[in-house]
Amino acid sequence: MTRLMDKTFWGLTLGLVALFALNFFLEEWMRTIGLQSLSRGLVAIGLLILWRAGLVSFGHALFFGFGAYTVAMLQIAGVRDIFLLMIGGIFTAGMLAFLLGFLLRQYRAIFFALLNMAFSMILYGVLAKIESLGSTDGIGIERATFLGIQPGDDNYRFVLFIFAIGFAYISAVCAHWYLKSTLGMMTMAVRENEIRVEYLGYSAEKAIHSKYIISGLLAGAGGVIMAVTVGHVDPDSMVYWPVSGDFVFITILAGTGNVSATFIGALVYELLRTYAFEFAPEIWQLILGGSLLLIIMFLPDGLWSIRSEWRNRRALRAANRAQATTGTE
Amino acid sequence: MDFELLLVILIDGLVYSSYLFLVAVGLTVIFGVQKVLNVTHGAFYAFGAYLTAFLIGLAANGGWPDSAGFLIILVSAIFLGIVLGVIIERGLLKFLYDRDEHIVVLATFAAFLVLEDAILLIWGTDPYLAFQPLALLGNSEIAGLIFDNYALTMIALSFVIAFVLWYGLNRTQFGKVLLAVIFDREVSMAMGINVTKVFLITFIIGTFLGALGGAYHAPIISVQPGIGVEVIVLAFAVVVIGGMGSIPGALIGAIVVGISRAAAVHILPEVELFVIYTIMALVLIIRPEGLFAPIKARKI
Repeated sequence: MTRLMDKTFWGLTLGLVALFALNFFLEEWMRTIGLQSLSRGLVAIGLLILWRAGLVSFGHALFFGFGAYTVAMLQIAGVRDIFLLMIGGIFTAGMLAFLLGFLLRQYRAIFFALLNMAFSMILYGVLAKIESLGSTDGIGIERATFLGIQPGDDNYRFVLFIFAIGFAYISAVCAHWYLKSTLGMMTMAVRENEIRVEYLGYSAEKAIHSKYIISGLLAGAGGVIMAVTVGHVDPDSMVYWPVSGDFVFITILAGTGNVSATFIGALVYELLRTYAFEFAPEIWQLILGGSLLLIIMFLPDGLWSIRSEWRNRRALRAANRAQATTGTE
Repeated sequence: MDFELLLVILIDGLVYSSYLFLVAVGLTVIFGVQKVLNVTHGAFYAFGAYLTAFLIGLAANGGWPDSAGFLIILVSAIFLGIVLGVIIERGLLKFLYDRDEHIVVLATFAAFLVLEDAILLIWGTDPYLAFQPLALLGNSEIAGLIFDNYALTMIALSFVIAFVLWYGLNRTQFGKVLLAVIFDREVSMAMGINVTKVFLITFIIGTFLGALGGAYHAPIISVQPGIGVEVIVLAFAVVVIGGMGSIPGALIGAIVVGISRAAAVHILPEVELFVIYTIMALVLIIRPEGLFAPIKARKI
């Protein structure tokens, strides 16, 4: 089992414990930021898995919105428990990804990205017309219960945050283990040379399909958390195309080096957005777009590359020192 | 189905098609030459609409004749084409040509966000109206139905632009150079073509077309925040349907989308919002390279 318990696993576990402890001291608005970061972070993990296979989706708001609207529909049907909502959201988004996957696994590059976008825009158009789900105004989401227990007003966020942290932890660890497995390692092989993968006896399309389903499940879960956090779902903030753009933004910001970086990226994005909106409401998009440009230009592998850069430098310095000492001898 | 409904759908559809063509053609020109899916295009459109609406308002207050509006449309589109085109191409895309295509799309998305806020900073959040050119041309009656003449001139403008682009690409020296660059960037560089210059000129033309789309629409829409966001996905749909990088493709794509949307509006209004994307998805499923792009051999 030592192979599974690697540095990333312990890092994530440390993060889990730290967040659990921190939850006792956080203000309400900080928890909201935390919940939204976890929600978007989950979607970005799915995108990271696809990205490693060389695929970028400009339409994952499709699954995100599907998860969020499943919460709304289940609520209409009388279901309010967070565990059931989560299972429902993951299941519907996963089913959708499974079905669409048969089609999308045949596409690569810009066609994959745009076909995803087309599907998300179809969902947008459909949702904007369904009146029982509030069409463009959206629909309010009541507070969820936790295994039948309704937390009070002052500790609802507290309990919800614990649930979200736990869920995100399990998902991130599973995603990390998946990426380390043979099937997960194939993402890079598919990216580098699909035909060789086929000659080695694997099916590149099946590998992509499985990654697509995983990313759909994660995006659905993110949508569920976002819906219960915000307490409202509407097509413009859940399914419209800039939402998908934001997810890709987080993936780039974090870099595709490691799943734990994704949550850091999502948190940075959320803080950037919140503070830009707070202090410069007129130019918050400008700040967001500007920072994205800076990252693309100067940190092409995302925030995670700061760490590897630092490591490389240290290794280089050590090597130089070693050379210097051997040189004097 | 009676004849009158058919006629309405046809004319409405053609007006909407020309609207879509004006927006999409710049996108397809840039994609065809530079292989850049330019999200910033939506902001070019919005800039064109805002500058024109603003200037037409000024001109009307200054007592200029209403016909000055047409001059303003052309001048602002050229001005924006040069200014924004040079800024985005030289200041941003130049550094990204050798990067992954997704990164380039995202960079243009970022530039789009920046420009959207720049518009808000310059013109604020209030809507602008520039109805003078629309009022000047009046209405006409076709088979008992009333249409704006201004909207009908849009159809003519689309055909003029389509023809000029076709002529420029197939019958001029620059067009030949452009085709060479499209076909193989490196070989044309080796043959002494200044690819940097070709890219810059193409991008300026593309930007001009995007701004012209916005500028020409300004009189018939309410110019307000968010028009760029809406337009860019529509333009994507048109370009994908016709085949990315193909000018006749953009024309056909615009007609297909325009007519089917008009049909949806008049026959089945519930599906109006997503009929376009359904067609886009269907085309991508059946012919991913679009209706008009030539099929390419897969490189191994």
